Amino acid sequence: MKKLQFSKICKNFGAVVANDNISLSLGEGEILSLLGENGAGKTTLMNILFGHYISDKGFIEVEGKRLTPGSTKASLDAGIGMVHQHFTLAENLTVLENIILGTEPLSRLWSKKKLAYKKLEALSKRFGLLINPDAKVADLTVGEKQRVEIIKALYRDASILILDEPTAVLTPQETIQLFKVLKEMVNAGLSIMFISHKLNEILEISDRIVVLRHGKLVGEVATKKANKELLAEMMVGHKVTRPAYEKLEIGKAVVELNNVCLNASDGTVGLSNINLKIHEKEIIGLAGVSGNGQFGVASILQGLTHPSSGEFKLFGQSLIKYDPRYLTKSGVARIPEDRSKEGVIGEMALWENFLGEELRSKAKSGFIIDKKKAVNNAEKLIQEYDIRCEGAFASTRLLSGGNIQKLILARSLSNNPRFIIANKPARGLDEGAISFVQHQIINAKTKGAGVLLISEDLDEIFELSDRIAVIFDGKLQGPFDASSLTINQVGLMMSGEMKEGSFNEA
Amino acid sequence: MRLKTRRNTPVWLIAVLPILSILVAFIFGAFFIIWAGESPITAYIALINGALGSSFAITESLTRAIPLIFTGLAAAVAFRAKFWNIGAEGQLYCGAMAATLVGTGMIDLPSIIMIPVLFIAGALAGCLILLLPVFLKTHMKVDEVVTTLLLNFIILLFVNMLLEGPWKDPMAMGWPQAARIIDNGVLPTIVAKSRLHFGIIIALVMSIIMWAILRFTVWGYEIRAVGYNQQASTFYGISINKSVLMVALFSGGLAGMAGVSEVTGLKGYLTLTLSPGFGYTGIAVAMLAQLHPIGVIVSAIFLASIYVGADAMSRTVDIPNYIADILVAISLLSVLVGSMLARFRIVWGK
Amino acid sequence: MLELLELILTTSLWAAVVRIATPLIFATLGELICERAGVLNLGIEGIMTIGAMAGWLWVYQGGDLWGGVVFAAIVGMLFGFLHSILVVYLGLSQHVSGIGITMLASSISYYAYTMIIPFSTTPPKIVAFSAFEVPLLSSIPIIGGAFFNQTALTYLAYILVIVTFYVLYKMPLGLTIRMAGENPVANEAQGINVLLIRTGAVMVGSALMAIGGAFLTMSAFDAFYFGMINGRGWICVALVIFASWKPGKAFLGAILFALFEALQVRAQLIGADVIPYQIFSMMPYFLSIVAMMLVARRAAYPKALLVPFRQGDRI
Repeated sequence: MKKLQFSKICKNFGAVVANDNISLSLGEGEILSLLGENGAGKTTLMNILFGHYISDKGFIEVEGKRLTPGSTKASLDAGIGMVHQHFTLAENLTVLENIILGTEPLSRLWSKKKLAYKKLEALSKRFGLLINPDAKVADLTVGEKQRVEIIKALYRDASILILDEPTAVLTPQETIQLFKVLKEMVNAGLSIMFISHKLNEILEISDRIVVLRHGKLVGEVATKKANKELLAEMMVGHKVTRPAYEKLEIGKAVVELNNVCLNASDGTVGLSNINLKIHEKEIIGLAGVSGNGQFGVASILQGLTHPSSGEFKLFGQSLIKYDPRYLTKSGVARIPEDRSKEGVIGEMALWENFLGEELRSKAKSGFIIDKKKAVNNAEKLIQEYDIRCEGAFASTRLLSGGNIQKLILARSLSNNPRFIIANKPARGLDEGAISFVQHQIINAKTKGAGVLLISEDLDEIFELSDRIAVIFDGKLQGPFDASSLTINQVGLMMSGEMKEGSFNEA
Repeated sequence: MRLKTRRNTPVWLIAVLPILSILVAFIFGAFFIIWAGESPITAYIALINGALGSSFAITESLTRAIPLIFTGLAAAVAFRAKFWNIGAEGQLYCGAMAATLVGTGMIDLPSIIMIPVLFIAGALAGCLILLLPVFLKTHMKVDEVVTTLLLNFIILLFVNMLLEGPWKDPMAMGWPQAARIIDNGVLPTIVAKSRLHFGIIIALVMSIIMWAILRFTVWGYEIRAVGYNQQASTFYGISINKSVLMVALFSGGLAGMAGVSEVTGLKGYLTLTLSPGFGYTGIAVAMLAQLHPIGVIVSAIFLASIYVGADAMSRTVDIPNYIADILVAISLLSVLVGSMLARFRIVWGK
Repeated sequence: MLELLELILTTSLWAAVVRIATPLIFATLGELICERAGVLNLGIEGIMTIGAMAGWLWVYQGGDLWGGVVFAAIVGMLFGFLHSILVVYLGLSQHVSGIGITMLASSISYYAYTMIIPFSTTPPKIVAFSAFEVPLLSSIPIIGGAFFNQTALTYLAYILVIVTFYVLYKMPLGLTIRMAGENPVANEAQGINVLLIRTGAVMVGSALMAIGGAFLTMSAFDAFYFGMINGRGWICVALVIFASWKPGKAFLGAILFALFEALQVRAQLIGADVIPYQIFSMMPYFLSIVAMMLVARRAAYPKALLVPFRQGDRI
């Protein structure tokens, strides 16, 4: 008997078919990988499993028993646990509080915390998941938070564990650690569904792989018989063409950070003595686990903060007072981390968002908005960058993530920038959009721009960068020549285990 | 139950919403009238007659709409930027105090200069008192809702103190009221045998100015942007603090003008009963207008008619005139619900 | 200086402090519960008004005192429910909805009062709760006579401080309430209905606000007056911030605030010839602003306060 069985699941949202007749099963002690691009229907399927949505057709069985649709509680009670990609933890509460949430009947007059401590300790020991139950979640590292999420599922005696993109936020070493834990859990009889789009990891961890594309199940292979190229093609539907890397003769320095420091504030790390030089015609990749100072570097280079000490030189000039508008005007293209919350104002029309960064410089006498010119410009760029929308007057919130990113690229790259600060530009996009973004960045480099690419995805960093720098705890290592580094070395630097000096700059 | 984003909001829906909301208010209001033992139909006929039944009634409604246009604009511009200025009531009295200070003999100029001077003084006073909440918000992270609300009480006590003390008019036979505004400062009436005064023209002009600013200028863009999304606004290089300050100056200034207009146009002097909650009603005016400056004119006239009509009704039918406040409050809540139905569709099930 | 000290050491002063503090304790706890679940309830001023009105009305119509308290609580709950529908289920602006609720509840109160008592110049009185001594505790010097020679409603307020603390920190239910204010998605992931939790919290919180209002007409005074809440609701919103969302601190904050208020009233009697009484009357409002200034910068707001939660809409 199968541990978990999806049978002919269908789900439509209006005209969008999110899940089209999907059937798949998970055996006992098996690790099954669910592979698919963003928007392939993985998330919808999981939302159906956890009762956030009810499928239009089809049903789910756990150990042969039908699961009540639309009830999260029923799924949890059936022994299904989920480790979400975006942690569902409360930062201000303790680890224990986060774990026992929802495990006791709400009518109970007092929490049995002593029992909880005991159970937690036993679990930690059994799977080697050490954690301090009284720590505040806000004080934990990303890896530790994920550990809490896993324990949370185990604490509820889950026998089926779903992990949604669990490695996206981990260093390579942490990933290895996680895989070890997963193997142990499988040995202890648990079944695991591993959702990802990272092919290497899927090939490493799973027994079997199913591939989703455009809401359909398009393939199922035993991992032994699979390889990277095959999977990539199944996932995307056609041969994948990533832009070819090309080394160019570098030009003058466009950005120089000399001994730049930033004070820590509001739960973000500060920066200490950052030195970085970015030249024309080169891409520098900035690797690191999220929350180690990328925010500070990006904020300074995007004009949102000033260094508390040190020098920021742009195109050879030392900047003292500057703001986003000044940077944009001087030829800096800014691609923000959160494209839909920071990059555009969803409630405004497309033409208004195209104007955003240059609002004042493009206004008549700096005050009256030249709507006609702005709309014309927007329409031109919509054509040029093939932005799928209902025209320049449509509300921006209706655009898909990929099209919002196109809007942002069109806005910033159409001015022929000399420096590009791109913060996680491909995160969460599908293959077509990723390839578009990367092509645009490489084109800009060819045209002479210097690029700083901030990313957590080491594959992306290695594919695009000429040189790679690593940030950990607000300190920068490198940049080093990309060809002289291995992913493993970068991983060690990301977790602070490889200190400066232990590696000779190439 | 889930909410699904509508791709497009039909224009007719936006136009119909406020009317529907007021209709809903009247339906609920009927229950209160029945509770008081009267027939809703008789009562509403009396209300409509009282508000629009004669040319005098109409001028009364328009007169009552003047301060509501000002405070409605004050709320609309502030709420656009999600700056929750609930202190229009206090700012109105600040404007009235400034008009009294300047207009009761400090200076005497020809009307054509005197009136603008009084309005500018009142607007400045309204702005000034808002600087404290703005500073506390931008520099100390104190929520402006509570500070602006609390300031209303402080300002009212302050007015009370002036009227019982230094500003008390000895000619007023013991009533706590200030001296009259000098003749050159008084707004002329524009319809004979009515109280409808020149303030309505000023209010209309201010609505058009605010509309133009919001629609055509960089300021308008920034105000809207900050209201929608502070993070993206910052990314665009818009200073949140500067925008909040700008919005506060507009908002406080407009509320201050409401006070000037009441003192110089209607009463002629400052009293403690100058405003029966015009500042708070302004919030309902703004929401019914969907924060649109031109819409404010319409919704102010609408709500003013309800108040004037209810006053008349309470004299003929035995119903407390607080029915007007109930109707206004319900229409505020229902337009709030309506504005959401315009953006989302409710989908039942999962 | 010595005079002030003497004044502070009198039982009568502290008795006044407790009387002033009681409605604030109720309403601050009520607001605290709402905000802990992630909902700002600016309906507080109106809900206190209608609570005062409802409690008074019940007794005026011949009902008994406790019946009045229950009636006030139910009416408060209804308005809390209305607020919940708007802001929890429909996700509307908590600011605007709250102000709307305040406008609606106050105007209904005044409407009903004028309807029932159309032409009276002196508000009709009811027989209010009377004070009684708690054995043993009331014999503690100075504060014993003040804190433990009060009406039953005040004792109820003390108990509610402890109950609120206990529920929030010791019961599984309290954990889910706090989680609803910190990260509602975590609740949903555990199969807990966030909307229900928030609605429940807002309704219970609103009931407490209404009882706070009812205390004024049924214990502090014995009649209903126009404008009798007089900004107390807004002061409680400030007190919640001052108390950093902790029930114990809310109690202390209310007492501290009431102490200033009581001293102010006494100073008003002494200093009326030199300083206009209005200056003294402004003090509570100024004090609330100052209280927020002191803590706002490092206030640990519940992370999901003001953030509407939409089921299943998160990904």
